[in-house]
Amino acid sequence: MRNSTIALALATLGLTAVAATLLDATLRRHAEASDLRDRADLVRRYGLTDLCLFTEARYTRHLSQTDLHAPFQDHPVSLDHFPSGSLVGPPPGWRDHD
Amino acid sequence: MTDWVEKQRNILDFTLSSLRRRKGRHLGMLAVYAAIVFLLASVMLFSHAIKREAAIVLADAPEIVVQRMVAGRHDLIPGAYADRLTGIRGVAAVTPRLWGYYYDAALAANYTILVPTDQAVPAGSVVIGGGVARARGAGVGDTLSFRGYGGEQFFFTVAEVLPHASELVAADLFLIAETEYRAMLGIDDGAYTDIAVSVRNPREVVTVANKIIAALPDTRVILREEILRTYDALFDWREGLMLVLLTGAVLAFAIFAGDKASGLSAEERREIGLLKAVGWETTDVIAMKVWEGAAVSLAAFLAGYLLAYLHVFHFSGALFEPVLKGWAVLYPEFRPAAFVDVFQVLTLFFFTVFPYTVATIVPIWRAAIIDPDAIMRS
Repeated sequence: MRNSTIALALATLGLTAVAATLLDATLRRHAEASDLRDRADLVRRYGLTDLCLFTEARYTRHLSQTDLHAPFQDHPVSLDHFPSGSLVGPPPGWRDHD
Repeated sequence: MTDWVEKQRNILDFTLSSLRRRKGRHLGMLAVYAAIVFLLASVMLFSHAIKREAAIVLADAPEIVVQRMVAGRHDLIPGAYADRLTGIRGVAAVTPRLWGYYYDAALAANYTILVPTDQAVPAGSVVIGGGVARARGAGVGDTLSFRGYGGEQFFFTVAEVLPHASELVAADLFLIAETEYRAMLGIDDGAYTDIAVSVRNPREVVTVANKIIAALPDTRVILREEILRTYDALFDWREGLMLVLLTGAVLAFAIFAGDKASGLSAEERREIGLLKAVGWETTDVIAMKVWEGAAVSLAAFLAGYLLAYLHVFHFSGALFEPVLKGWAVLYPEFRPAAFVDVFQVLTLFFFTVFPYTVATIVPIWRAAIIDPDAIMRS
């Protein structure tokens, strides 16, 4: 078989697989829709404000509720020493003050 | 048309044979290229999925949260503030809330301790999140003991473990009765953590927030819209550590790829000379190199993107876990909901395939317009 035939077949297969990921994502979302609803219900029931992504420090656990200077408040020249602090960008709007 | 297609297929045949002759060089290049695409696509898919999920899940978060600030820090808010908030026109409901953090010294883990407002947890009982249950090895009916602020022990029987699927919002939750919350953490009656406010007309949220600040100047108001915006900016790939890591990796790759794509080896120059000597046109030589660039970059995109999809949505972004976990002992076990932005995928495709393909054309054009005899002699 010609090299070009194999290459074109592989490219078609690969692009079909990319399209299949979109289909897979849609099917998974439908299959897990009730889980998503349950999470939203829990947020409504308990009045939760944040995702539980980083539990290492209070200002990373509740990113939306934290004091503006929370990572630096423990003592003068106190730098943010929790790793997740460097993953999360500043909230939008803060840089507008610059 | 058929002739043109057949000609291009012949050129592609030759290109692939040529790639196969130098497969060590090209496979190394392909592996690095695919790894970069994998990293970029993983960050892109993961952050987009988390953002979309946050927008859906937090859509029913409190409309307004009122915090009291003392010397720039969040402080307990008196229950009397709730009465004053009730009197503000436009306010539909006011709910004083009790929540905070509990540091479990035995595990060095932080819990979010909360008193549910819509249901009473019986005294002596606790409802825990999946992360707490895992960390403490506890199940329904087990008894957990914790030290209060005064040193005394408090015992709780686990009444319920929140479902595994809820861990993204509730892994570290520890729900107890109000009396035990106050006794354990030393919070006086009449003091609360903050106050949730709902507004009659959603379009008046900002107006009501301004009235709250005017009526209670020592408070800070957090709107639901701000909560959602916080999560919209979260893991933004243009921010923070991601930017530093990705910029470094992408720049290193750009230099590597640029060098590989634009620099022609003596062997390649000789090959071009031979091709021209046997009758290849300059356009044929350029077409050959375009096919080479397209084959390498398309293969890198397909391998990188497909692996990234499996990584994020089928293996829960396992490679990100150590980074996201940081120093936290409690970490939610979750698989992001499969939200994929087609536009992002197309953008990744464009920026992965086209620059590399184009970068290969310029040097080959320079080499291809030189006299074949001169190339072979050089």
